[in-house]
Amino acid sequence: MPADIYLNVAVGGVLTGLVYGLMALGLSVIFGVVRVVNFAHGEMMTIAMYIAVTLFSAFHLDPLLMLVPIAAVLFAFGYVLQAGMINAFITRPEHSQFLLLVALAIIIVNVLLILFGPDAQSVQTSYSFDSFQIGPLIVDATKAYAGIAAIVVALALFVFFRSTRVGTAIRACADNYTGALVVGLDVKHLYALTFGLGAACVGAAGVMLVLIVDVTPPLGPAYTLLAFVIVITGGLGSMPGALIGGLLIGLTEAMAGLLFTPSAKSMFAFAILVLVLLFRPQGIMGKRTTS
Amino acid sequence: MKRKSPSKTARLTRRSFSAGLGAAGFVAGTAPFNIVRAQGAALKVGVLLPRSGVQAGIGQDCQRGVDITAGILKDLGLPALQIMNADTETNVETARARAEKLIGEGAQLLVGAFDSGQSSAIAQVAEQKGIPYVINIAAAPPITEQGYKFVFRNFPTAGMILRDAFVDQLQVFEITGGAPKTAVFMHVNDTFGMAMKGGIGAVMPKFNLPYKIVETIAYDPAARDLSVEISKAKATGADALLMVSRLNDAILLTRELVKQRWTPMTILSMGPGWYEDQYLKTLGKLSDGPLSFVPWYDPNKKLSKQLEAALAKTHAGVNLNVNHVYTFEALLIAADAYKRAGSTDPKALADAVRTTNIKDNVTIGPGIQFDAKGQNDKIVGGTIQNRGGKLITVAPKEAANGKPEWPLKPYDKRG
Repeated sequence: MPADIYLNVAVGGVLTGLVYGLMALGLSVIFGVVRVVNFAHGEMMTIAMYIAVTLFSAFHLDPLLMLVPIAAVLFAFGYVLQAGMINAFITRPEHSQFLLLVALAIIIVNVLLILFGPDAQSVQTSYSFDSFQIGPLIVDATKAYAGIAAIVVALALFVFFRSTRVGTAIRACADNYTGALVVGLDVKHLYALTFGLGAACVGAAGVMLVLIVDVTPPLGPAYTLLAFVIVITGGLGSMPGALIGGLLIGLTEAMAGLLFTPSAKSMFAFAILVLVLLFRPQGIMGKRTTS
Repeated sequence: MKRKSPSKTARLTRRSFSAGLGAAGFVAGTAPFNIVRAQGAALKVGVLLPRSGVQAGIGQDCQRGVDITAGILKDLGLPALQIMNADTETNVETARARAEKLIGEGAQLLVGAFDSGQSSAIAQVAEQKGIPYVINIAAAPPITEQGYKFVFRNFPTAGMILRDAFVDQLQVFEITGGAPKTAVFMHVNDTFGMAMKGGIGAVMPKFNLPYKIVETIAYDPAARDLSVEISKAKATGADALLMVSRLNDAILLTRELVKQRWTPMTILSMGPGWYEDQYLKTLGKLSDGPLSFVPWYDPNKKLSKQLEAALAKTHAGVNLNVNHVYTFEALLIAADAYKRAGSTDPKALADAVRTTNIKDNVTIGPGIQFDAKGQNDKIVGGTIQNRGGKLITVAPKEAANGKPEWPLKPYDKRG
């Protein structure tokens, strides 16, 4: 096999992994602060994908230009969801939260089926079939744009959490719930903001992913599972961990497909998860906790 | 304005209502023993299709074949059919239950069900109940190897499909004067893909094909990204892609071929995907060129033209395809048998189906006849090529309405 094929496949895997990472980042942010596992994560991403498809087919609006507005819509959806529903479940047993979000996921899938039907839908922009050739390296243009956008969104999120007062307040809630209440922070509002930010992340990831894959309503559960694999590998609650986990899974799937058999790509991603759970249960970037 | 008293205006008394109800019950109760009726009434045909579930799109496409049937049967002077629709939900057990329900509701003949598993389940019910069943689409050979007396299949078996595909490939290579020397075999790893892989492995050596398979790549039909698969295929430097795929993966693979700047000499598809309307509409000019070796219709036959016109009238912009054609022919067989049997008696109907001899049909081959096993073994497969959003039949020669364009036009030179 020619040597350049390894490079081509690796670059493709890294770019896809960046988008996976952004998607998982939303899940990690929500869990890291609110301590609620969003089992409707992939389904929320399909909502963003369908908004992008609808805007493109109705008004020819490029998904990349619509990234910020669609992320804003998902932010609002996430905020309302947390403020209106999930906040009431924060102090309830974990199985109640689990059932609530699984029910929400099932509702989203079925509403999308009713609205859009079972057929796959896609967006074909003017650059859908473009690729860049740099010597022997051929880079898929849509993957490159999606990967760059994922880096920009992730950086913006890091800056928000590190450099703004609201971001610092949210981190305070994550570190010490009682302490945050004592100093007078509006924790429920901050939780809703965090869930909104997580939803915006997955919305942005959905907009980028719709350039790479076709969307169908049942796509959501598959991506929820993928997001879990990534955040557990990277470290649940760790933002850099989510990105590193995404990169690792994207690269592993690509190289496993090349070196072994493409139909066993997912198997290798799960094998990594098993190894992490066995030898570093807190994840690559996660902190070891003592009970 | 005064409302009239019901007691003074109604002619129906409680006693007469009870008597009527009793009579209706008697008629209903004896109906199963009184199924031989004078012809004139429409034959009740239960049409079982996967109208929901994974195969919903295909089931709904088959339904288009049902939609255009009534007018054509009338033109042909055949008796009318009363269609009783049922949804198998792409599920074997549901298919079985729906078949039983249809028979319970008075269906006198069954048609369906696109899928081999679902068709097998319906065949068991039909045989048990003694109701004729005409399979529209299902390729698994065992269905007509069970010694059934009421089950008939007007669709080629997997072996026939593969045989005809290789025969046609040789014919295409002869017509074009070009042939690949190497090929990469890519296939979905579901039941259909694995069965085709086994079949190709068994049948291919019997034909003196000019190419050898240098790599076999199996992939998940639900895969969201097939870039690695195409990278791997491209790296072999093979002349041709031999495909067994579905619709979504065919679209994904074509996108990757374009992005990875690889145009093989030809794409030879032995299954669905590469000729379907959604493939043509989604990819536009990029969909041109692949050759699909599939059960098809003869575009030169009179009834084919009639069917194309009827479909254009009811479903503008939809190309006539295997789903429409074979579903239509199943209903044609039912109407023809009913006309000759002159009765709805299941045995008489089954005997009439068994002696079917329709020369003026749609699919490629001499016509519709069934062997002792209930299989139409006269069906011949076809080769079609996508060109400008239309499907041109390029082989076999006797059914062709165009010559194959060869080799595949480079993707980057299509404007």
